[in-house]
Amino acid sequence: MARLSGLQREVLSLYRKCLRTIRQKPLNARDNFRAYAREEFRKNLSLSKKDFTAIEYLLRKGYRQLEMYSSPGIRDIR
Amino acid sequence: MAALRSTSRLVASSRPLFRPAFASRSYATVGEPAPSEQPKMKTFHIYRWNPDEPAEKPKMQSYTLDLKKTGPMMLDALIRIKNEMDPTLTFRRSCREGICGSCAMNIDGVNTLACLCRIPTDTAKESRIYPLPHTYVVKDLVPDLTYFYKQYKSIKPYLQRDTPSEDGLEYRQSQEDRKKLDGLYECILCACCSTSCPSYWWNSEEYLGPAILLQSYRWLADSRDEKTAERKAALDNSMSVYRCHTILNCSRTCPKGLNPARAIAEIKKMLTSH
Repeated sequence: MARLSGLQREVLSLYRKCLRTIRQKPLNARDNFRAYAREEFRKNLSLSKKDFTAIEYLLRKGYRQLEMYSSPGIRDIR
Repeated sequence: MAALRSTSRLVASSRPLFRPAFASRSYATVGEPAPSEQPKMKTFHIYRWNPDEPAEKPKMQSYTLDLKKTGPMMLDALIRIKNEMDPTLTFRRSCREGICGSCAMNIDGVNTLACLCRIPTDTAKESRIYPLPHTYVVKDLVPDLTYFYKQYKSIKPYLQRDTPSEDGLEYRQSQEDRKKLDGLYECILCACCSTSCPSYWWNSEEYLGPAILLQSYRWLADSRDEKTAERKAALDNSMSVYRCHTILNCSRTCPKGLNPARAIAEIKKMLTSH
């Protein structure tokens, strides 16, 4: 695999954080959370990798969402 | 987003059922002018950016309004554009009289509250409206102030006190002590000053910025607060206060006419004299 740019690494790190957070969720809901996280990332798959401002915005948005969904009060997602 | 908006419009259109129709119209539009008057057209260039299409670049959009039919303030113009020309225009507003601090934005190069900013009557000049500088934009003119509020929280903006008052009633203070809070308590945290400060632009992670420091000083100066030493200790580092290089943009831009730079200078004085 080619060497990743800093931004690409940041996106992967966010994805990894999402997966790790999902492991704190109840067992039966994990699949739903995983599907949701995947879908959120897939939505912007078509984005050019040189579109830095858009990717940075989406990263910030992603972190905001992660922070919100990681609250233990949220037990399932549909 | 689109679904949200259509429901809110539904609510708005159903309002005359419950209220007489004359009370439901907004204050942004002035009645029809006398027919002999010339229209006074003025152009507004407004920063637009839609988060739903992140790949699209931000752009300036122009709107031309007849000032004779518009209220006197920038906020009136914005509300009129939103009501009559482009419902997708997004901005924060609430009190329309400079007490809530929601409509802070950069108008013709100056951070101010749209509700306190008169529309310049010179129609030859075009007005340019941007969100607060050096903030992440949520949409159009809406800045992301999350970090600003986090910083505000970090200074513990509430009365900290262990000893109860002598008579078990309210904490009293002398009139002189109360006077010390004048010019501090009026701050509405609109973030106009912080986002006009170059020092805050470059160090917003660690430097608290004029608005938050003004609030810090408000609690340091309060005679009823007993944690002054802790508050001072929390500020006594190279970043929190000392990134202020007395540029004084904050005092110049404050839409409420306050003087954050003086408060910061007072904090610096307090920190050196212990």
